[in-house]
Amino acid sequence: METLSKQVQEKKTTAAVKVSGAEAVLKCLLEEGADLAYGYPGGAIMPVYDEIYKYREKFHHVLTRHEQGAIHAAQGFARVTGKPGVVFATSGPGATNLVTGIADAQIDSTPLVCITGQVASHLLGSDAFQETDIIGISTPVTKWNYQITKASEIPEVMAKAFYIAKSGRPGPVLIDITKDAQFGELDFEYQKCEKIRSYRAIPKFDIEKIKEAAELINAAKKPLIVWGQGVIIGGAEEEFKSFIEKTDIPSASTVLGLSALETSHPLNVGMVGMHGNYAPNVLTNSCDVLIAIGMRFDDRVTGNLQTYAKQAKVIHFEIDPAEVDKNVETDVAVLGTVKQTLVEIMQYVKKSDHKIWMQEFDKLLQIEKDQVINDQLNPTKPGLTMGEVLGGINKETNGDAVIVSDVGQHQMFACRYADFIKTRSNVTSGGLGTMGFALPASIGAKMGVPNREVVAIIGDGGYQMTCNELGTILQTKAAVKIVVLNNSYLGMVRQWQELFFDKRYASTEMVSPDFVKLAGAYDIEAQRVSKREDLAEAIKTMMASKEAYFLEVIIEQEDNVFPMIPTGASVSDIRLS
Amino acid sequence: MEVIKNFTFSVYTENNVGILNRLSAIFLKRHINIESMSVSKSEIEHVHRFTFVVNISEVLARKVAGQLEKQIEVIRAFYHTQDEIIYNETALFKISTEHLNDEKLQKKFKFRRAHILTITESFFVIEASGTKENIDKMYRKLKPYGLLQFVRSGRIAITRPKMEISQLLAEIN
Ligand SMILES: Cc1ncc(C[n+]2csc(CCOP(=O)(O)OP(=O)(O)O)c2C)c(N)n1
Repeated sequence: METLSKQVQEKKTTAAVKVSGAEAVLKCLLEEGADLAYGYPGGAIMPVYDEIYKYREKFHHVLTRHEQGAIHAAQGFARVTGKPGVVFATSGPGATNLVTGIADAQIDSTPLVCITGQVASHLLGSDAFQETDIIGISTPVTKWNYQITKASEIPEVMAKAFYIAKSGRPGPVLIDITKDAQFGELDFEYQKCEKIRSYRAIPKFDIEKIKEAAELINAAKKPLIVWGQGVIIGGAEEEFKSFIEKTDIPSASTVLGLSALETSHPLNVGMVGMHGNYAPNVLTNSCDVLIAIGMRFDDRVTGNLQTYAKQAKVIHFEIDPAEVDKNVETDVAVLGTVKQTLVEIMQYVKKSDHKIWMQEFDKLLQIEKDQVINDQLNPTKPGLTMGEVLGGINKETNGDAVIVSDVGQHQMFACRYADFIKTRSNVTSGGLGTMGFALPASIGAKMGVPNREVVAIIGDGGYQMTCNELGTILQTKAAVKIVVLNNSYLGMVRQWQELFFDKRYASTEMVSPDFVKLAGAYDIEAQRVSKREDLAEAIKTMMASKEAYFLEVIIEQEDNVFPMIPTGASVSDIRLS
Repeated sequence: MEVIKNFTFSVYTENNVGILNRLSAIFLKRHINIESMSVSKSEIEHVHRFTFVVNISEVLARKVAGQLEKQIEVIRAFYHTQDEIIYNETALFKISTEHLNDEKLQKKFKFRRAHILTITESFFVIEASGTKENIDKMYRKLKPYGLLQFVRSGRIAITRPKMEISQLLAEIN
């Protein structure tokens, strides 16, 4: 038994290794397979940064130019990989600069582990230098948060943080660590968290609900599927495809669901919502069974709830029980991960054919093509349109690129026109609509999938919210392709002013610096295009570059995004012009 | 129109710092005014129980319970109508001693669950407990005597229907 006792002894000695709290943070991250973080240092998190220096062979840290850049980069990374993004910030202003990104991640179910430094525990509550109650501030926008005041708490809390961030419906967690806890010592031992008594990551599975749903689906003459990001988060793309192909149901995506199913799939009938496609929006109010899969009936999707799909039986596949009946009353709620429930329901659904119903989609698609799409993709008026830029990018990338969009008109053009052939290829700020998201998110996305092309589509407004992150590109050489669609306006707001405020363009006209020069200052190759005949070549040059590249396209100033469901209107009252 | 009713929420949580913040934020976001609140240990070790009383519609109550339960450290959130609970609230009335021998006043606080807690030279304190209505009534009766101080507690409630919380915890563990 000598060997055994020796093993036990050895184990004890490893367990008995004393480390500082700061070192424990890094050890925990490595235990979780997280070896890349984004952040910005400062007094209250210096002990951790000192360890980052010590661990620099194993652990990579990207210094952004602002904490908002760090958290959006981590979001971009998380969205393309499905792994939690990791962020570091110091106390006070560092921590508060994360809040927008945290709120964004919370509403878009993006897994993040944010680690903030905090003043020493004896100073807590004393309005000490750079003290803020980041726990209080972040509570409404985190899935979970916790303040660590003792080094010994670090491993357990970090393990919980990762478990909570990535399990069930993912989300951001924030761990605030006092400076004394970073300096303090502990016996380091790590155990991954697999359950928390009060937290049920995945709701109980109920086969009866599956059967009820299957019955409705089998009886449906005009079924419609609206899928959301739940399909992507659940890694259920294949299951989803098998399901729609067997049942032959036309399927439409929410903004965040895009790319779960390839754009060209014959059953993909486009995008729903405020600037979605004509057919799926209109026919939401004609279908007999509406099947929502991993989506949450956001108000941008439903328009007026009083008139939303009233004629239809509603089936909701959902992981978060609090979403069921929150906005739309369901007839059957199928709780669980869509990966599991879609596999289960396959045994009960019949092979069907909905050709005649599908023709209604084709008819409406033709109307949208004639009145909107053709003009957007192949315009005849002199000014360049956002649609044709997207069309040009599709041609060069064949739909293989990750498209990261900011917020505004260009975002809706990107979502409407970008072709996707692979999942996790559409990264955008959906629920919060955070301008400034795209540039840093594209940096994180590129680091998450270095072998893929990452193209950021940004407006002249949103670009200037975080263009300081060009510095991060300069330093990291992240080879992102940046396309700024410059219409010299805060376009989306201007569109609303035009349509609903009698063209009173209050503070939406925007004077910008020479963006090409700005990129040049950061050593990023750049060009500007303002003529149609130069566009294709410019996109080609950009995509051929192995490095970061900046392309500014001067866009028709008063172009609008249509179709559009005005706020408060019904989805079937979608306007084409 | 949705009928507004009086609901008592019982929320079982882990005994951790900061939960009150999370729970109250859920009411705050939906502009729900909390009529009363109390927090204490529950019948289960390390499990705390929050009792919130609010006036809202049943539909909203269901949504709020869902949001409460979604919090990581919440084990279960239940909501009950008035007739599903046995509940209690307590109030203290501080009155000047000059009224102590007032016969009319003495009659007034002689309801089932009111008694004098303390008498000093300058004041005496009546403690009363019962339903909200009981206490409101008592308040109206004593007000004319010039209340020096008045305070009432949050509601505590026991439900008539069984709450499967212990069973649920046993299942999880
Ligand atoms: C941080 C932030 N502030 C304000 C807004 C409101 N907003 C939504 S779209 C938009 C205009 C965006 O303009 P631009 O970036 O130039 O893009 P465009 O619409 O012209 O494509 C604004 C101001 C927002 N979404 N986010």
